[in-house]
Amino acid sequence: MFKNLTIGQHYPVESPVHELDPRVKIIMTFVFIISLFLIESFITYLVVGLFLALAIKVSKVPIKFVIKGLKPILMIIVITFIINLLMTPGKIIFQIGFIKITEEGIRQAGFMAIRLTLLIMGTSLLTLTTSPIILTDGIESLLNPFKRFGLPAHELAMMMTIALRFIPTLMEETEKIMKAQKSRGADFESGNIMSRAKNLVPLLVPLFISAFRRADELAMAMEARCYRGGENRTRMRQLKISKGDFVASGIFIVYFAAIIMIKIW
Amino acid sequence: MLRTKICPYSIRTVYENKYMGAYMIENIIKIENVKYKYEKESNDYALNGISLEIKQGEFTAIIGHNGSGKSTLAKLINSILLPTEGKIYVKGMDTSDDSKLWDIRQAAGMVFQNPDNQLVATIVEEDIAFGPENQGVEPSEIRKRVDDALNTVGMYEYRKRPPHMLSGGQKQRIAIAGILALNSDCIVLDEPTAMLDPSGRREVMDTLKKLNKAGKTILLITHYMDEAVQADRVVIIDKGGIKLDGTPKEVFRNIDEIKKFGLDVPQVTELAQELVKEGINIPTDIIDVKELVDLLCQ
Repeated sequence: MFKNLTIGQHYPVESPVHELDPRVKIIMTFVFIISLFLIESFITYLVVGLFLALAIKVSKVPIKFVIKGLKPILMIIVITFIINLLMTPGKIIFQIGFIKITEEGIRQAGFMAIRLTLLIMGTSLLTLTTSPIILTDGIESLLNPFKRFGLPAHELAMMMTIALRFIPTLMEETEKIMKAQKSRGADFESGNIMSRAKNLVPLLVPLFISAFRRADELAMAMEARCYRGGENRTRMRQLKISKGDFVASGIFIVYFAAIIMIKIW
Repeated sequence: MLRTKICPYSIRTVYENKYMGAYMIENIIKIENVKYKYEKESNDYALNGISLEIKQGEFTAIIGHNGSGKSTLAKLINSILLPTEGKIYVKGMDTSDDSKLWDIRQAAGMVFQNPDNQLVATIVEEDIAFGPENQGVEPSEIRKRVDDALNTVGMYEYRKRPPHMLSGGQKQRIAIAGILALNSDCIVLDEPTAMLDPSGRREVMDTLKKLNKAGKTILLITHYMDEAVQADRVVIIDKGGIKLDGTPKEVFRNIDEIKKFGLDVPQVTELAQELVKEGINIPTDIIDVKELVDLLCQ
């Protein structure tokens, strides 16, 4: 059941966006989020929309996939929309009992909904075009300068790698324990929430015990392979800024400048 | 031994390669009267006075039943545990010497029983690179070592796969490749086949034999007799002490004694001895099926 599980939502095709340095992509995503919060008019969203459409087109990720990424937060978008619609004071254009809909409310609600949608689409483009490992590499490399302030950059990256490595293993194990407990009459499906939660205990206890044992053995195996923390460690895969990264950064700067220009103007 | 103390590591490697012939006779692992107990106060010794010398290039199998102390011995060699009494030398380096810790772990790489719990990275080639990355090897050199190691264990086409999509035997071959990438001269394997199916076991044994031919010293801890007979030398450990030590033929001849330690003997050997008892004139130290067949068909 879990054998073919993919972690994250990486969409593996070859495209100029996939080939960009993860650090460049992370920074661009970050600045993209900032740019969204600078926007004050609907017309500017057109610029953002155009830019995003261009980025998605170049990345060769089907638009369907990007929109699918919106699903989990659809509820949040809807709730934000409704709250903004009902709670914004201003010129009333429609009223049933205590529910007032104002002109400002409609504007504000639409504004927020578009902002959230663009935000999620923009950030999911990062995870769609970057594999989790390369993303981890990028994060480690970006956090490196903060090491001198005591930020454990290497350790964080190592934790992420190990988590990614063991998610499928532990999933498989969960399935195994589940089958074993079911064969002894355990029931994971019926009953109310409380009794269901209670029934999970015979699943979670063995899982945790085994996870701790694994951690112990893994630590020993890592030490046996000369692991001694991040100091003096090298990496086989080196992150390299290439020509494509400069081109992408250039386009992005033009985009960001346009947003600022519209704002000032 | 004096030589290893004078020369810094890199020079030593060059020296050894040049005079491989002279070095061959030297002992890569030397265990001197080692005792080990897990708890300070108790009088239960997991190992009780073991002395063993492993020669460079030798394929040694250590067998013993559960709790005989064989896994403890492996951890002592890799300096994961330190002996309570006695000394262990790996390539002349004392395992209790903290400053040599990483050189020892590099010289005697270790493969563990559970293939899942020793692979660190999410992609096969990344995992093999883990060791050399820890040593601070240059990226281009790591790449070369990883490719070489993958080719040696015959897993090159799997280099981009995530480890959880591989079979047990393949995972263990990846673990072995991870040690090869460390450039270890000696590989210590602690029951590497215990969790594998028969075909996985065969894969691992074939890989080990190939490595041994290429000059690696192999120390295989196992409780499968059919694996032990493929080694150059078999050491039987029971109750923390060495009971038998010799070539497979010499060791497995003592069927009754081996059974006393709670171990099996290879089926062929047992059959041969039963045949001798029945008056058939064949040697008692047969360990190979083909050998017995040839003798009987004469």
